[in-house]
Amino acid sequence: MIDRTTENVMPGATRARRSLYLQYLVEPFLYLSPAIILIGAVMMVPLIIGVSYSFQAIDLLRPFDSGWVGLENYAELWGDRKFWLALENTAFWTFWSITFQFLLGLGLAMLLNTQFYGKKLFQALVFLPWAVPTFLSALTWAWLFNPVIGPLPHWLAALGLLSEPYNILGDPALAMWGPITANIWFGVPFFAITLLAALQSIPGELFEAAEVDGATPWQTFTKITLPFLAPMIAITVMLRTIWIANFADLIFVMTGGGPANSTQILSTYIFTTAFRKLDFGYASTIAVALLLILLIYAVILLWLRKKLVKI
Amino acid sequence: MSAIRRRHPALTAGKYAALAFYLLFALFPLYWLLKIAITPDALIFSEGTRLFPSDVTFTNFSTVIFQTDFLAYFGNSLIVSLGTAFLTTMFAAGAGYAFSRFVFKGKRIIIAVMLITQMFPLLMIIAPIYKIVADLGLLNSLTSLIIVYTAFNIPFATFLMQSFFDGIPKDLEDAAMMDGCTRFQALRKVVFPLTLPGLGATLGFVFTAAWSELLFALMLISKNDAMTFPVGLLTFVSKFSVDWGQMMAAGVLALVPSCLFFIFIQRYLVQGLTSGAVKG
Repeated sequence: MIDRTTENVMPGATRARRSLYLQYLVEPFLYLSPAIILIGAVMMVPLIIGVSYSFQAIDLLRPFDSGWVGLENYAELWGDRKFWLALENTAFWTFWSITFQFLLGLGLAMLLNTQFYGKKLFQALVFLPWAVPTFLSALTWAWLFNPVIGPLPHWLAALGLLSEPYNILGDPALAMWGPITANIWFGVPFFAITLLAALQSIPGELFEAAEVDGATPWQTFTKITLPFLAPMIAITVMLRTIWIANFADLIFVMTGGGPANSTQILSTYIFTTAFRKLDFGYASTIAVALLLILLIYAVILLWLRKKLVKI
Repeated sequence: MSAIRRRHPALTAGKYAALAFYLLFALFPLYWLLKIAITPDALIFSEGTRLFPSDVTFTNFSTVIFQTDFLAYFGNSLIVSLGTAFLTTMFAAGAGYAFSRFVFKGKRIIIAVMLITQMFPLLMIIAPIYKIVADLGLLNSLTSLIIVYTAFNIPFATFLMQSFFDGIPKDLEDAAMMDGCTRFQALRKVVFPLTLPGLGATLGFVFTAAWSELLFALMLISKNDAMTFPVGLLTFVSKFSVDWGQMMAAGVLALVPSCLFFIFIQRYLVQGLTSGAVKG
């Protein structure tokens, strides 16, 4: 658009120099402005408003009881047993989800890095869970765990893992494993894809040299594959941890945080507080707490990465 | 390189066992969804854990399509997802182009802000967004969902588009501009045709993301006739929690568009996810 104003220059001649100033200062922003405006209006401004909510009483069910309350919400949070439980559950949920996703994803990536018959089709089929809408993965797994229509409780009972075929989503001691299983199923393709890309960037000569020198597959794996993947693993695990800690859909659909808050993680707690109780002030307070925890985590991890990975 | 390597037979057997495990793990839940959807109601309980139903029916699908609101939900989701995909791709293409071709002041800050938006809990802004949308009188409108989803998806789509633009030699545009094209003309006539696959992949990624979004849709939509598919299905599940066959038939239907797009974007998956996750 800006080029229209400089159109009266002779074709090809000096336009480049004349509009240099415009090109390097204004033009990029013409391409960027819709994105910047939308992100600003829909994400950054609400983010600031959200932080300000945490210092206010905003309860849509009690509209006349609103106003600034200072740190009252935070004091309430400090004494909220549900918050500490949710924090504990978030750690449990994130840790086991990411551990299994990573291990299974690494295994899948290494398999896909070898040759076998029907690889293209295999790859398409095992990546399919990634494309399944999350609400649907949640419902599907909730149904699989339901003894009325799902086979899992019967199989688990047959294996002796359960005393009788009942729904583990209703058992406070085991309920969290339901959403974790669904999350593993949904997340393995992501890890596999990312790690596969990294694996393919390892120079093949290294493996050939290792083979010539008579290295065992295990030695090749620990001495070549893992060190090469380490930076990628570190950054993927870090980003994924944050993403999973924020990921509320699966738990919300499968258990709604129950039974007895045994599957309530911070993000579902935020959502249920905002959505069911319409207590926006308190929901924002939990959200700010979650944000701070994630920030601290990210800083620690970045620092560790700087110390450990010398690149 | 490993094709020539002689392998221990146990290792080969282990490899195929692992392949089979991954395949079963990935496909079994979807198979079960389909199985219950095509099992006649009378057999669902008596044949609980049988792997194959002894009889097959499609009445669940016809009931879901013709006697419930699912077609309307489906339509709403289609409008929202397509609208989001087109808007996002357009804006992200612009932003990605700027990141790829220009060096300018504030670039690092903008990239940093975009990365931050990928990190903080989106649920943090669910309350403010609800209030803003409510104040604008846009609750229960698909427009509000499209705007919100578009903003959410722009950062990832921008990085994705940038990686596609980075793959196109800059000389091509320079040549076109030397021949008298403006930059915008060069973009439209030279670069755009070359990025078509990238644009397609971005459309696919964003469509899939918008198609599965649940929580903001739950918050912003409460009227039945504006519900998207996830909200509709969830409402249906909590209301009629015993119509297993129908619920799963609806689930299978919800899977169709995602699968179609998945087949289409499968080739770009590695590039897409790695550029979104690791770049920057």
